[in-house]
Amino acid sequence: MKMTDEYKKEKVIEISGSAPSKCMKCGKCSASCPNFDNMDIKPHQFVSYVLDGRVDELMESVTLFKCLSCMACVERCPRNVKPGKLIDAARQLLIRQKDKNYLLADSVPEMCKDEDVPQQLLVSAFRRYKR
Amino acid sequence: MQRIGVFVCHCGSNIAATVDVKKVVEIIKNEPGVVHAEDYQYMCSEAGQAKIIEAVKEHKLTGIVVCSCSPRMHETTFRNAAARAGLNSYMVEIANIREQCSWIHKNIEEATEKAVILARAAVAKVNLNTPLFPGESRVTKRALVIGGGIAGIQTALDIADAGYEVDIVEKTPSIGGRMSQIDKTFPTLDCSACILTPKMVDAAAHKNISIYTYSEVENVSGFVGDFTVDIRKKARSVDMNKCTGCGVCQEKCPSKKTPSEFNRGLSNRSAIYTPFAQAIPNVPVIDREACIKFKTGKCGLCAKVCGAGAIDYEQEDEIVTRKYGAIVVATGFDMIKLDRFDEYAYSQSPDVITSFELERIMNAAGPTKGHLERMSDHKAPKDVVFIQCVGSRCSDERGKPYCSKVCCMYTAKHAMLIRDKYPDVNVTVFYIDVRTPGKNFDEFYRRAVEEYGVHYIKGQVGKVIPQADGSLLVRGVDLIDNRQILKKADMVVLAAAIEPNKDVRKIATMLTASIDTNNFLTEAHPKLRPVESPTAGIFLSGMSQGPKDIPETVAQAGAAAVKVIGLLAKDKLLTNPCTAKSDELLCNGCSQCANVCPYGAISYEEKLINDHGIKETRRVACVNTALCQGCGACTVTCPSGAMDLQGFSNRQIISEVDAICR
Repeated sequence: MKMTDEYKKEKVIEISGSAPSKCMKCGKCSASCPNFDNMDIKPHQFVSYVLDGRVDELMESVTLFKCLSCMACVERCPRNVKPGKLIDAARQLLIRQKDKNYLLADSVPEMCKDEDVPQQLLVSAFRRYKR
Repeated sequence: MQRIGVFVCHCGSNIAATVDVKKVVEIIKNEPGVVHAEDYQYMCSEAGQAKIIEAVKEHKLTGIVVCSCSPRMHETTFRNAAARAGLNSYMVEIANIREQCSWIHKNIEEATEKAVILARAAVAKVNLNTPLFPGESRVTKRALVIGGGIAGIQTALDIADAGYEVDIVEKTPSIGGRMSQIDKTFPTLDCSACILTPKMVDAAAHKNISIYTYSEVENVSGFVGDFTVDIRKKARSVDMNKCTGCGVCQEKCPSKKTPSEFNRGLSNRSAIYTPFAQAIPNVPVIDREACIKFKTGKCGLCAKVCGAGAIDYEQEDEIVTRKYGAIVVATGFDMIKLDRFDEYAYSQSPDVITSFELERIMNAAGPTKGHLERMSDHKAPKDVVFIQCVGSRCSDERGKPYCSKVCCMYTAKHAMLIRDKYPDVNVTVFYIDVRTPGKNFDEFYRRAVEEYGVHYIKGQVGKVIPQADGSLLVRGVDLIDNRQILKKADMVVLAAAIEPNKDVRKIATMLTASIDTNNFLTEAHPKLRPVESPTAGIFLSGMSQGPKDIPETVAQAGAAAVKVIGLLAKDKLLTNPCTAKSDELLCNGCSQCANVCPYGAISYEEKLINDHGIKETRRVACVNTALCQGCGACTVTCPSGAMDLQGFSNRQIISEVDAICR
């Protein structure tokens, strides 16, 4: 199935559990990010990319591989927007495009062999699926 | 049987666009008791009311149902119209077919059906209505103001100038409140104390004003026009009549390690103290927690040095009971605690301070005598960073969801004052938005940028990192440049969110005044009755109602005073006749109603009852109609069905429900 922009936007919001419309553009996420300089799309921009339906650009971004999933932005966001979770969700979508609808904990080690899988996705996956 | 007239209002298109008013009229005509029904474009207009009056006379109506907006809007209008037509006002019922019908429905058929049902219920109720007559209650011509800050002082002065007595109850040892702690005021930069202290002196000297400092409201009973209030005058341990305010006791007091509340903990005070030099009254109090005499029994130095013999260690708290016609709540605000904002290092570094602390540092009477100094090493800072919205506009549990309103302006003020006095200090402000609605406010902020060279950066700060050399590293973002900024600073100032004084909850509970989810007092109407509480006789002044600056506070304080004066000017108040009434023949004397009554309006009496020829003495409930507010808690509690609410009797309510379910 071909994923439309609107579908991807909905999915990213659903997977992330984020509420991008609550963002007041204060920039505290970007101010908190330890890897800001290495990103092409900055944390405070995630929100507008998702709201504009530009999830494709997020999925193709350098940021996808550079976000450390440290979740400092999620922790400090005064509006509970969870920018880091949006990137996480974009990674999930990337995986799903490879005909996998969900991620099993057992499949993570196997995925490590795939060089196209973003490293950070694995970090996030480990974090999410650890006991 | 009643002869009821039903009047269906179009409210322009507000109702008529969603409800088929003609159809409502046709159907309701067939209801039992209805002898007349008509519709009109604006029932509340002069012409609409004339139609009602005409119909009462023409059809000899005994009851009226108006299908219109909420009774909160126009119930009084229609009751007065009925009275003009010679009917008892309480023979009028409103069927709310606007807020509860047309505004919330889209489908005309469904909305019309609901409008008919609501009208039918109102008709069923009017069929059982009986004329009611309001009683009268007296007005005690004295007002109580809780809180002695600028809001309380201004309200008290305005009421007192109108010729009524006012008491101010202030928790701390002096009146003056937060404004006395502020250095300069925006946007004119006049000295806060210079404009406040004359008002404090005026209040203290006014023949109609009594000030209770170091006192708290302990209990409130009664109702509008006739409140009885217990005020706890905490033991000052100093005789107010003997003390000359010379200050020797404070100088000699050996216990000098208590953080000064007035200086926000930035300096220490003695155990016997007046909060600040211009305190009113200029009589110290002994902080018994800190006093060596009270802790160990040894010392007593203050008593020895006091030439007036004013020190009294034996003094005890005193309860003063006073009567008031109106109560004004002016309990003010505080800043939120920042211990949950670890990222700003407030608890880690003494050089990360709140704006209120900076206010004291900049003040000539403050802990640094007005010199800008770091609290860690008392050196002058070279780089000062201000962070806006710390805890304001914050939807998580660490902060407050609202804008604190005054921070943008006081930060511009602070930045400007620093640049003015210390031109070589770099000042940077991290902001989300600069909000400056107000007369000469934006001009003031622009002056900070254009004339004083304050560096404003749009973006927030993510972390403040204390460095080994004692400086602070600020990591922020410049959203316009899309660039992260690492900035060295010597001092970081946090514009912490403001919140209502924590005591307001306790006071609101005593007054049965409502507060919102943020503990701000709620207005009777947010636009049209902004200085009144929904509880009659309670008025709102200052920050306890919501964030506001000094000019707004003073304006609101005056507005609250006018409302109080309007109330105190009356000799009698009409009381609501919709009060509870006990049927002595049915009452079994169980006391459950008295237990649930929030107003203490129910008492029990031994009464001689004639129950169908059997005369015996029984214990029965009696309602004090002056105290009863008609809440109905007793009627639902009464197990024997003896308690009933006039105007909302059980029979009336059941007949309404029956009409809806028919």
